[in-house]
Amino acid sequence: MAKNNAKPKSNLIDGWEVVIGIEIHTQLATNTKIFSGSSTVFGNDPNTQASLVDLAMPGVLPVLNKEVVDLAIRFGLGIDAYIDQASVFARKNYFYPDSPKGYQISQMDNPIVGLGHIDIQLEDGTVKRIGVTRAHLEEDAGKSIHDQFEGMSGIDLNRAGTPLLEIVSEPDMRSVEEAVAYIKAIHTLVRWLGISDGNMAEGSFRCDCNVSLRRPGQPFGTRCELKNLNSFRFIEQAVNVEIERQMEILEWDGTIDQETRLFDPVKMETRSMRSKEEANDYRYFPDPDLLPVIIADAQIEAIKATMPELPVARRARFVADFGVTEYDAHVLTLTREMSEFYEDVVKAAGGATQGKVAANWVMGEFSGALNKAGLELADSPVTAEKLGGMIARIVDNTINGKIAKQVFGFMWEEGKTADEIIAEKGLKQETDTGAIEAIIKDVLAANEKMVEEFKSGKEKAFNGLVGQVMKAAKGKANPAQVNELMKKLIG
Amino acid sequence: MTDLHRLSIRELSQGLADAQFSSREITQHYLKRIEKIDAQVKSYVTVTAEQALAQADAADASIKAGTASVLTGIPVAHKDIFCTQGIKTTAGSKMLDNFISPYDATVVAQGKAAGLVTLGKLNMDEFAMGSTSENSYYGATANPWNLNHVPGGSSGGSAAAVAADLAPFATGTDTGGSIRQPASFCGLTGLKPTYGRVSRFGMIAYASSLDQGGPMARSAEDCAYLMNVMAGHDAKDSTSVEKEVDDYVANLNGTSVKGLRIGIPKQYFNVQGLDAEVKARVEESLKKLEDMGAILVEIDLTMTESYVPTYYLIAPAEASSNLQRFDGVRYGYRCENPADLMDLYKRSRSEGFGKEVQQRILIGTYALSAGYYDAYYVKAQKVRRLIQQDFLKAFESVDVIAAPSAPTTAYKIGANLSPVEMYLGDIYTIAVNLAGLPAINAPVGFDSNNLPVGLQLIGNYWSESQLLSVVHQYQ
Repeated sequence: MAKNNAKPKSNLIDGWEVVIGIEIHTQLATNTKIFSGSSTVFGNDPNTQASLVDLAMPGVLPVLNKEVVDLAIRFGLGIDAYIDQASVFARKNYFYPDSPKGYQISQMDNPIVGLGHIDIQLEDGTVKRIGVTRAHLEEDAGKSIHDQFEGMSGIDLNRAGTPLLEIVSEPDMRSVEEAVAYIKAIHTLVRWLGISDGNMAEGSFRCDCNVSLRRPGQPFGTRCELKNLNSFRFIEQAVNVEIERQMEILEWDGTIDQETRLFDPVKMETRSMRSKEEANDYRYFPDPDLLPVIIADAQIEAIKATMPELPVARRARFVADFGVTEYDAHVLTLTREMSEFYEDVVKAAGGATQGKVAANWVMGEFSGALNKAGLELADSPVTAEKLGGMIARIVDNTINGKIAKQVFGFMWEEGKTADEIIAEKGLKQETDTGAIEAIIKDVLAANEKMVEEFKSGKEKAFNGLVGQVMKAAKGKANPAQVNELMKKLIG
Repeated sequence: MTDLHRLSIRELSQGLADAQFSSREITQHYLKRIEKIDAQVKSYVTVTAEQALAQADAADASIKAGTASVLTGIPVAHKDIFCTQGIKTTAGSKMLDNFISPYDATVVAQGKAAGLVTLGKLNMDEFAMGSTSENSYYGATANPWNLNHVPGGSSGGSAAAVAADLAPFATGTDTGGSIRQPASFCGLTGLKPTYGRVSRFGMIAYASSLDQGGPMARSAEDCAYLMNVMAGHDAKDSTSVEKEVDDYVANLNGTSVKGLRIGIPKQYFNVQGLDAEVKARVEESLKKLEDMGAILVEIDLTMTESYVPTYYLIAPAEASSNLQRFDGVRYGYRCENPADLMDLYKRSRSEGFGKEVQQRILIGTYALSAGYYDAYYVKAQKVRRLIQQDFLKAFESVDVIAAPSAPTTAYKIGANLSPVEMYLGDIYTIAVNLAGLPAINAPVGFDSNNLPVGLQLIGNYWSESQLLSVVHQYQ
């Protein structure tokens, strides 16, 4: 899997090594919350999805939504991790209005997923393995809205109790590029496995980056946590800005205060959020209202059996079997749906040998049309079968590449198959040698000057003549065939 | 009909079935008594007269229609720790003085489904923390046997109401003895079931791994009727156990006292502070059981000295977390004109909670805090396991274990025992909660001040039927 064993390029910045660790909170895609039966749907009126249990009424108790366990196991299998078959829920005690119980139910000493890893690919082609320390289940807090009420804050508890998987990486990343690649890899994976919709804008995929600097070979420096960066761009900007800030301090022999900082994308700076004095002692202890989560071997085996081929493996297979480049494979596996679509196109186009041309069409014309129309893949008017069918007609010479673009356009508009369009609009290209030779002879006869120019060495004239033949054939001739016959006849 | 309050549950049930009287008559009878007598006993926080009469009428209609079950139309009162929909639920605290519960606890709902008529909510030590019911925002409840003495706690209101015939039976809760000790002080039968037998959903939490709801009544038989209603698995409580519920009434004569091996723990009867008369009454009752055919066996419970420190680390620790939700934000007491969030939290909680509650929250917070967690909380949980094993080892050679329920009879109101003295009073009861075992108090006599003395029988897991049966036969 790790193909390139070349030593990675040096990431030092002015002699400083950047160390980055990342915590990702991803919302698990269940219909109801982790400990109450309330809905997890996003965007409804405030406090319409908060039950007695979510509101932490006196006397209420949590009941585990077992589906979250399956999703966590899936993730664990996806990163080749240790699955703790007797994990424990713990209370994280702190006061804040968006945390109704005054504690958050999380996992401390026995997280459901232990040590695992994920491979990331960098721009220069190197593959690096990033360790994942653990992933655990916990509930989300509600939302605090500070800017809508005069002198007060509004609390919306719809989100309180939504199931989260907190994924903690090892401090293995040494550059912003690696950090972003890691986050993207996890983002792809959670959507690939169907455990989260990974919607950063809606807050179902949140990243906190821990950044520190050190001289190579020295122990880790003091880290600062950058919180709630909700787009890949913000992540990149925030980490860069923080590296600069820390470097400036360290260059002047200052010390870094361990703290949490918020990124301001307008001012392009990070600001301290909590000082050390206010640091909470969460007084973690096992939640006595919940039993340990016991997972039988059979449960893990059952989930293993439903695991899809993972992105890294699928990319490798595409490169090996379909002849696409690693870059192509990466684009084609950005989502599981796209990779399956592509593979269906290849099948319909005639098999693995059409892998490259299928890739070009999927990544090019097809994706372009999808983006322009603002459609999701699932809503595409052209199915994989239809697209593959059209490519098959290019391969078997029924149409040429240029005509194919027209055909595709009609398929998109009218939802018909390539064969239907080709027949209706008479776009079948001329392949009869005799007929093409006849056109060539006519063109040669009508363009004696060009023929002379070619014969006296002007290569370009040939293309001009080919162009004339294509025009005369109304584009419906195979350029390669025309070229060949032209060469024969021009003498 | 002046003696309706002297009828047992079975007699009430039979009388209703035979149309000797109606549920309305019984209910009105109790409501009148409450009006007349409770000013002195102060067992009720809230009397729900209107709702009770409405429920009684519905019960009467059901009895007439032939759709009634055995407890339809019989009144009950609930410890004010059980949430009752539409009715003030205070847990004995100023913190919840303004709290009208939006839902019914499972125990309450099961009671309603059985046709019970709710007379009202009973006084208790605030958030179940206490052994006298003096720690209530609503003032101290008096022991009907002597109004200058406490009824015990935390289910003091429940005990006093039943003992004064202001309710035929009542629900209580027991975290460290809060059913058994007040039952003992008030001369009642009170049962703390196996942990997980009765649902905790809607039972305001004190110490989650120790709390358990149970019946308090004038006899084991009456308790059995209420236990049939309270017990059962509840999907809304993850710690409630999926085990079939016995018919406790049917099993009342199911255990043979002849040949029953009763363990007498050496350590229990040598405790300093065990009142001589309490010891005497308890030993007399054991002699009676021996005369009935039981075999008394001396046993060793070596972990006895660890009980109090273990309990008083674990219970406050869990309580400190359970009570974090009382913050003045969503319901309950909120201080006036909070300056900011921190002020809101501090003043709402300082003003809303009583002294004992604040003290236990502080102890519990300390026990869980960074640097102390392993030395205190974790250590206590390990010792707890040893305490459990100590009991289970004893059950290899005996069927039940006997002890006093409390080292003394009811204290005087305002006796103002030090916290440590108070905590030592729990010595016979708390280990049972630590181990999750069931235990029952049976009234066995009085001291020379005419204050009741109680015998406690501790059983192995799920032996509620046996405990009720033994006490029934003794009675």
